[in-house]
Amino acid sequence: METLERILGQHPFFKDLGPDYLQLVTGCASNVRFEQDTFIFREGEEANQFYLIREGRVALQVFSPERGHITVETLGEGDILGWSWLIPPYNWHFDAKALDLTRAIALDGKCLRRKCEEDHHLGYEILKRFAHIIEQRLESTRLQLLDLYGVRS
Amino acid sequence: MASVLEVPSDTTFVSAGPMVPRPFVVKRFRKETDDTFTLELEPKEGRSRFVFGPGQFNMVYVYGVGEVPISISGSPSTPGLIHTTRAVGTVTKAMAKLKKGDIVGIRGPYGTTWPVKEARSHDVVIVAGGIGLPPLRGAIYEILSNRKDYGKVVLLYGVRTPADILFKDELEQWRARFDMEVFITVDRAVSEWRGNVGVVTTLISKAGFDPQNTIAMIVGPEVMMRFTALEFIKRSVKPDSIYLSMERNMKCGIGLCGHCQFGPMFVCKDGPVFRYTQIKDLLVKWEI
Repeated sequence: METLERILGQHPFFKDLGPDYLQLVTGCASNVRFEQDTFIFREGEEANQFYLIREGRVALQVFSPERGHITVETLGEGDILGWSWLIPPYNWHFDAKALDLTRAIALDGKCLRRKCEEDHHLGYEILKRFAHIIEQRLESTRLQLLDLYGVRS
Repeated sequence: MASVLEVPSDTTFVSAGPMVPRPFVVKRFRKETDDTFTLELEPKEGRSRFVFGPGQFNMVYVYGVGEVPISISGSPSTPGLIHTTRAVGTVTKAMAKLKKGDIVGIRGPYGTTWPVKEARSHDVVIVAGGIGLPPLRGAIYEILSNRKDYGKVVLLYGVRTPADILFKDELEQWRARFDMEVFITVDRAVSEWRGNVGVVTTLISKAGFDPQNTIAMIVGPEVMMRFTALEFIKRSVKPDSIYLSMERNMKCGIGLCGHCQFGPMFVCKDGPVFRYTQIKDLLVKWEI
């Protein structure tokens, strides 16, 4: 049977996390599903989860009165959605919209923050893994900003 | 090592010398996007078959304006000659005004080819950025015409905006195949766009290839190629299984004039297709 603990253990994000910690993390996890075109979260709302996307695609968007919903990045199977749960004041900075039917595992941020405070080794492990994701997204964003495909002036 | 051009002995232009352009007639002009277009050419005289390898380029001469190097974007297995490029400089802007029946001069084909033979029995991941798709199209045709010889075949294509996507119909056809995966991403989306947004390197994790048995072929701006190659290496693809197509100021096309010198090599003769390991140290040298 495919348990949440087993699914989390197989995800690259939790690779090599010890079994005790994996069990602790699983205690904060639940399966979630979002229909196509529904918002998973909205800018300004309290950020109390992050998601391991198992299926589907999610657009990170910002709303502009002039241009409507602008997608800044899309995420898909295997990606991690959301890190605002980790950083005060714990509010989302973008909208997240399911572009397709999306299945994910939601990790309760409050639950995980509490466990990380109680066990700093766990906290450091989680923080290192998020730092890696943040570094990847920052690098991608910098490349996007370079506008490499534009005509050289 | 990338395949070195084997110039067929019966190619008409060779007898005239490699610096003499051969007249070709514009059979068809097709606008691809706002600033890109495709020319379908055939020789004014002689045989219509133009023998070339995927990844090679021609020097295209617009009479009275100038000559530029342009990759061949057609299939090596079909007659005729196809060039797709962007109207960005004096010569390509003049090319964008050509119409059916006009004549251009062609010298070539020049340079090394994509390792389509070496890639047999491997997974092949093709990464194109912006106007980098045309130089890869010949390799895609070759691979698809011998599809059973290859493992997984994946095309990752990144462009600036949805309006800049080249060969839309063809991409749809490739995407509809059961034996090829096509992922497209844009750097900047309009609100109607429902596809992927983000740089092309973010697609590599979606490709699902066997890193130990993968050949990667990359074309795009140099920064994009560098980061893409590093992403492949991060995912355990062997550095000498990664190939890039370089662009420099090619003039003679045969390694004589030195305009395209790239360290100890000439891009026109030793490239444009290089193994990553051949050039990785040169890619980060400011002076080159």
